[in-house]
Amino acid sequence: MKAITLLVTVMLVISAQPALTLIETYDFSNPELEVRYQNLTEELRCPKCQNQNIADSNAPIAQDLRRLLHQQLEEGASNDEILDYMVARYGEFVRYRPSFGGASIVLWMAPALLLLAAAGVLLITLRSKSKSNSDGVASLSAEEQLKLESLLNKAEQDS
Amino acid sequence: MGPRLKLFLPLFLFAMLAITLFRGLSLDPAEMPSALIDRPLPAFNLPQLGLPGLLSEQDIEGQVSLLNVWATWCIACRVEHPYLQQLSDQGVVIVGINYKDNDAAAERWLEELGNPYRFNIADNDGTLGLDLGVYGAPETYLVDSAGVIRYRHVGVVDETVWNTLLEPAYQELIEEGETQ
Repeated sequence: MKAITLLVTVMLVISAQPALTLIETYDFSNPELEVRYQNLTEELRCPKCQNQNIADSNAPIAQDLRRLLHQQLEEGASNDEILDYMVARYGEFVRYRPSFGGASIVLWMAPALLLLAAAGVLLITLRSKSKSNSDGVASLSAEEQLKLESLLNKAEQDS
Repeated sequence: MGPRLKLFLPLFLFAMLAITLFRGLSLDPAEMPSALIDRPLPAFNLPQLGLPGLLSEQDIEGQVSLLNVWATWCIACRVEHPYLQQLSDQGVVIVGINYKDNDAAAERWLEELGNPYRFNIADNDGTLGLDLGVYGAPETYLVDSAGVIRYRHVGVVDETVWNTLLEPAYQELIEEGETQ
């Protein structure tokens, strides 16, 4: 019984850890705003950190951006307005999903282009293979055919 | 493509990959160009540190200047402070943005360590810093006489940084101004 109590306590302490690391909480006038806040903090990248969104980072700049985000949401700004505001100051770097257009167009098109290129290579390879196969069968002349048969006969006799 | 040339395809692909990765070795991923390059300074209206009155972006215009974001809590700012003093003594105009700091502590810092700044903008809440896209002090912006941001350096300004990065751009702007 004691062991179980201890185990439960340990597990509770462990599960409480993430809540302890959360440094600030914001009250929202509308639950829908809170959902948008969660989504945006996950999409916005902390400018100071190399690969953390502002939801995960404790850097001062991430705290500032979270506060700003809360303020803007409460003021009724749309997601696009907020993202434009952030990009105007910190560049496309702050978005984990860069907008379609400009320099990022290469990024967006790359998967489709690579897939097309791969399909093209596959098609060409398959075509040249089947072509060379059929050529191989047809290109034996009568003389060659005779030679082949004599060789096969010889091999049969030897075995 | 001949069958012999085809044999070189893997080598070619390897060379491409090697060049790309080799280039990656010398790139600094933390280096991020400012989104405000070639844009005018954001508008602001903030108190002047240690003196009465408000400052605006127009107070920075009129000459080529360095806009230095600093704070007393920033250790690297203490490191670059003597060099800023040196630049200021050479006649470089440096304007300070005291970023998310305490006015009393900032004034004490300037008394103790010297004041290389023409004047200081007291950006206690970091609003100007936010509009500039500041993500950590120290940062130094090169601003031309029309108030347009031309260059941003994140981190300490020392002799190497000044000689290799900032001074060439600074001299160019100075000459630009003289020919006009």
